[in-house]
Amino acid sequence: MKPPRFEYHVPELLDEALGLLAELGADAKPLAGGQSLVPMLNMRLARPGHLIDLNRIAELDYLAERDGGLAVGAMTRQRAVERSTLVREGCPLLAQAIRYVGHLPIRTRGTVGGSVAHADPAAELPGVLAALDGRITLRSRSGSRVLGPDAFFLGALATAAAPDELVTEIWVPTVPERTGQVWLEVARRHGDYALVGLGASVTLDGDGTISEARLALIGVGPVPVRARRAEERLRGERPATSLFREAGRLVSAEIQPETDVHATSEYRRRVAAVLTERALAEATRQITRETVE
Amino acid sequence: MSAEVGAGSAQRRAIRVTVNGVVYERVVEPRLLLSDFLRHELGLTGTHVGCEHGVCGACTVLVNGEPARSCLMLAVQADRLAIETVESLAPDEERLHPLQQAFWDRHGLQCGFCTPGLLMLLKSFLAENPSPSEEEVREAISGNLCRCTGYQNIVAAALEAARLLREPVAG
Amino acid sequence: MPTRMLGEPVKRREDPRLLTGHGRYVDDIDLPGMLHAAVLRSPYAHARIERIDASAARALEGVVAVFTYDDLGPARERMPLLIPNPALTHPYTRYALARDEVNHVGEGVALVVAESRYVAEDALEAIRVEYQELPPVVDIERAVEPGASLVHEELGTNVAAHYVGVVGDPERAFAQAAHVFRERLVIERSAAMPIETRGIVAAWDPYREVLRVWDSTQGPIVIRNALAALFGLAPHQVEVIAPDVGGGFGCKIMFYPEEVLIPYAALVLGRPVKWTEDRIEHFIGTNHERLQIHDAEIAVDTEGRILGVRDIFLHDAGAYTPYGIIVPQITACQLPGPYKVPNYHVEFRAVYSNTVPVSPYRGAGRPHACFVMERLMDRVADELGLDRAEVRRRNFIQPDEFPYDVGLIFQDGAPTRYDSGDYPAMLARVLKMIDYERFVREEQPRLRAEGRYVGLGLACYVEGTGIGPYEGAHVRIEPTGQVYVATGMPQQGQAHKTILAQVAAEELQVPIERIMVIEGDTAHFGFGSGTYASRSAVVAGSAVALAARRVREQVLELAARELEVDPADLVVEDGRIFVRGAPERGLSYWEAAQLANPLRYAYGTEASELLSKPRPWNGPALPPGRQPALEATEYYSPPHATWASGALACILEVDLGTGMIRFHRLCVVHDCGRVINPMVVEGQIHGGIAQGIGGAFYERIVYDENGQPVNASFMDFLIPTAVEIPHIEIAHLETPSPLNPLGVKGVGEAGAIPVPALVASALDDALRPLGVRVTRMPLGPCELLELIARSTE
Repeated sequence: MKPPRFEYHVPELLDEALGLLAELGADAKPLAGGQSLVPMLNMRLARPGHLIDLNRIAELDYLAERDGGLAVGAMTRQRAVERSTLVREGCPLLAQAIRYVGHLPIRTRGTVGGSVAHADPAAELPGVLAALDGRITLRSRSGSRVLGPDAFFLGALATAAAPDELVTEIWVPTVPERTGQVWLEVARRHGDYALVGLGASVTLDGDGTISEARLALIGVGPVPVRARRAEERLRGERPATSLFREAGRLVSAEIQPETDVHATSEYRRRVAAVLTERALAEATRQITRETVE
Repeated sequence: MSAEVGAGSAQRRAIRVTVNGVVYERVVEPRLLLSDFLRHELGLTGTHVGCEHGVCGACTVLVNGEPARSCLMLAVQADRLAIETVESLAPDEERLHPLQQAFWDRHGLQCGFCTPGLLMLLKSFLAENPSPSEEEVREAISGNLCRCTGYQNIVAAALEAARLLREPVAG
Repeated sequence: MPTRMLGEPVKRREDPRLLTGHGRYVDDIDLPGMLHAAVLRSPYAHARIERIDASAARALEGVVAVFTYDDLGPARERMPLLIPNPALTHPYTRYALARDEVNHVGEGVALVVAESRYVAEDALEAIRVEYQELPPVVDIERAVEPGASLVHEELGTNVAAHYVGVVGDPERAFAQAAHVFRERLVIERSAAMPIETRGIVAAWDPYREVLRVWDSTQGPIVIRNALAALFGLAPHQVEVIAPDVGGGFGCKIMFYPEEVLIPYAALVLGRPVKWTEDRIEHFIGTNHERLQIHDAEIAVDTEGRILGVRDIFLHDAGAYTPYGIIVPQITACQLPGPYKVPNYHVEFRAVYSNTVPVSPYRGAGRPHACFVMERLMDRVADELGLDRAEVRRRNFIQPDEFPYDVGLIFQDGAPTRYDSGDYPAMLARVLKMIDYERFVREEQPRLRAEGRYVGLGLACYVEGTGIGPYEGAHVRIEPTGQVYVATGMPQQGQAHKTILAQVAAEELQVPIERIMVIEGDTAHFGFGSGTYASRSAVVAGSAVALAARRVREQVLELAARELEVDPADLVVEDGRIFVRGAPERGLSYWEAAQLANPLRYAYGTEASELLSKPRPWNGPALPPGRQPALEATEYYSPPHATWASGALACILEVDLGTGMIRFHRLCVVHDCGRVINPMVVEGQIHGGIAQGIGGAFYERIVYDENGQPVNASFMDFLIPTAVEIPHIEIAHLETPSPLNPLGVKGVGEAGAIPVPALVASALDDALRPLGVRVTRMPLGPCELLELIARSTE
């Protein structure tokens, strides 16, 4: 399984890369960590005429607090996110989710931007962005724009990025006070793509009612799904096992998962409900340090 | 320096890669995989290829000290980077690295095909986690497939190596 | 004191080389002028080939040759039927490259040879093939229905073989039984999946006039014989070497088309040619196994004692039958397991389908047999309200009932006759290990009350190991003091270089470091069949023992002559032969080797000292009957299989929300007779169990209705990782085999055989409140939840 021929470019500056993309158009593929693209090249499922290697563009590798959140450059390695104290303290959901991305050696090379731009329906990082209403920055030679996850993720392996655009940064908000964040996933084997994955963020206000609830699922559709009906049901209510069970049922009803060689759509619905219950219970427990009745 | 040699579809690039401390200058096709470069261009056949789609982990090497799957990197991407392969583990001809010793003591290999990838992964993992639990070891090696051992002796070997590495070096 | 070597956990001699990256697997081999091959494979499951146009491919820079069927010269014969059988009435084998028709996705259509694999793959894309698609046959139940479309028109049927085996009077037994229970049981298709794919390097040496082939195979001698015959070469002109092989597990004991194509290309092109199978090719080009559909019945009396068993099954043979019907035959013979089945009717049809051909994968039909029998036993227990262990105990063949004849002919053509074992003891031991009583009485009720689904599974099995026809070994004392041991039994990780050295070391009483074991190279040893069916320790081990004993006799004879004593007065210890009570009067093996050989020239100072004494004339330097070497070649041919056995127990928990499973404990009591190296035996059991767990939960090969493989990559074919395999506890039981000089039995497939049965038993037990019965493997979380839903409807 050897790649087909391609022309190789390795710019050291972002502007150079954008210039190449503008010139070469759809026949050029950006190469970030390669953990998704190189297997496709090896299997000859991807046959770009040009490969633009982004791995020397130092200006895209950063992780910083900004605008009440964390700004992560597209070429930041997933392993760096995993190790980062800023992420662990500032965005627990991201810190948890990143540990499910493949395996350690995948995360050594895999990048945040690469995963987001690849937009696999069972990828964790798009799920985190969806859960937290994160932001994705796209740049081209002619300018830049910032999109939310709904506008960015269009379909399985399909995003709003134009052929001449690069994902250059993602941003996630800092976790608010009195908030619990949980990432749960069911996969066939450790490290596999999720059959169903769920990111939950629950905020309680002073009197213990749920002031904010966010639920995003991966693996249940072509793009990450925000379970808005379940979220609405939860807002303003007191945490309770029966409430969480109901939220689970609403999530299950809201999603339209597919059947594939690993799981049926019924299974995914059912597991989505179970994960919802468990994630909500765990998230609430993080805040109150008590088991929910 | 990343000069293109030859025009058009036969584009080749000059690269300078440090492997096991030795600097190699070669001219390669951009599509040449790092795994093939190490094995066939440099003759370092200790790193093995099991799948070429990044799942089995047999091709794991260290890139600037971190474990990576060499079948998912192009040789041209290794330009100016430092790669370590299994051939660099033993300190010299007479001695073995504690990981190698532990694998030998604990029967941590049978056919030996997945072994180099595991050794390199564990070298890096134990450097960062000197006292892992069994569960942590299993998780760390979960990206390396072994078909022969059922993993039990590999885990025992890893824990044994961790113990050996924690011991103060004899004077 | 004689040194004990058998039973010792000797560290492997193979390891330092492998650990330091100095293994030599086929793809590591690099010869000057070497070319690289790639095979164009059919994208269709069933199609006629109308036309192949390779002109564009041939014109590509770097492409040296493109072969299609017509270019194959002497290799245009059909590939051989390796194992015929009277029940195999409609065998069918392929050509090395498809001639008119392709019968599975992945069948080879053309061979490209180029300067690099990269270029060869470019050339594959430039070959134009016109196919006329034909209806694919995929579902084997539909394939045997009247009017079904055919895989091979000229056979007029999709049934390759129909076998019926009858013992006793099953009709009567079933008619008179107090209870009859039926189960339909399915084990899905899977594959061995070694981490090293297949590979071949072939080169014609014009100076020695020898075709040298390195092949990642389990049977180099078979390949050598086949190639010599095919190319009209003398056997000594073909050398086949299995170098380091990265796992085989059965799929590399075969004669594959590439094993003809690559040597042929090397001969025709006059340059070495290498082919390394890639993983995607492996999924569609290397044999599969496992799909069987069983309709089984058991007849018992009111006490749960077996009166009869009837099993009728379909076996998926895939597109061709090169390996005959070994797998379903083994299933048929092994089904009774460790139990007395006085009346038995087994019947199978091996059915063609337009899928990759089937040949053995670790277990080779035994996992199916064990699954069926153990599910039936659990069913009896469940229906009659008996304890599962008790039902087994009531039906075991007892230790004083050996030899026990099952009544059928086994895969080696000999009667299925169990020679030894202690089934009650192995079951009792595993029950003790897992604390059976306490779990059933206290722990499980407590966990159930907490709403948890935790269950205990049991499974017992037997394994016919160490079959013939034979293996051989050549043992020679070298003048350097080393011992050369050669055998035709290659290894793929089973530690032959260590265990065979242990056998030789113990027989000869020589330090093990002095022993060099060469296996897998036909130039060193040319008679034998290969490594499969858990036979290395038994057959090669016994051959080594016999050869070493003969050499030891020769050494004693020579020493007795030299020292002028009776051989009975000599002691052999630590590489020396000396007079009992007078250790200074003796010889080392090295000295004996020198003395045996009356060469005029002595090498080395010590040698010249030894031989410098003029010897009085005593007749010819080498009297009749004497040899200049201390060496012997011996063959061991077992009378029939020797039967290993085991009992397993596990505790696992089911998460009813997700269908995911977690093992709490997994215990194995294993009897492989005398153990040569306990570390190696345990390693084999660990590995087999891991593959068994793969087969229970994760591994299946899926074809759609068009015969297209759906999950042919490691992303979707799920081999368990270190997180999915639990810690395995092992206890040994040793009932020595009475059939071979060492008393050993095979162990290679042991772990793989009982695990699906074990897991099914545990799942039934965990989900007993829901009335679940597992009848199908593998079972992912999705299928498990569906099964639960159906059971609770």
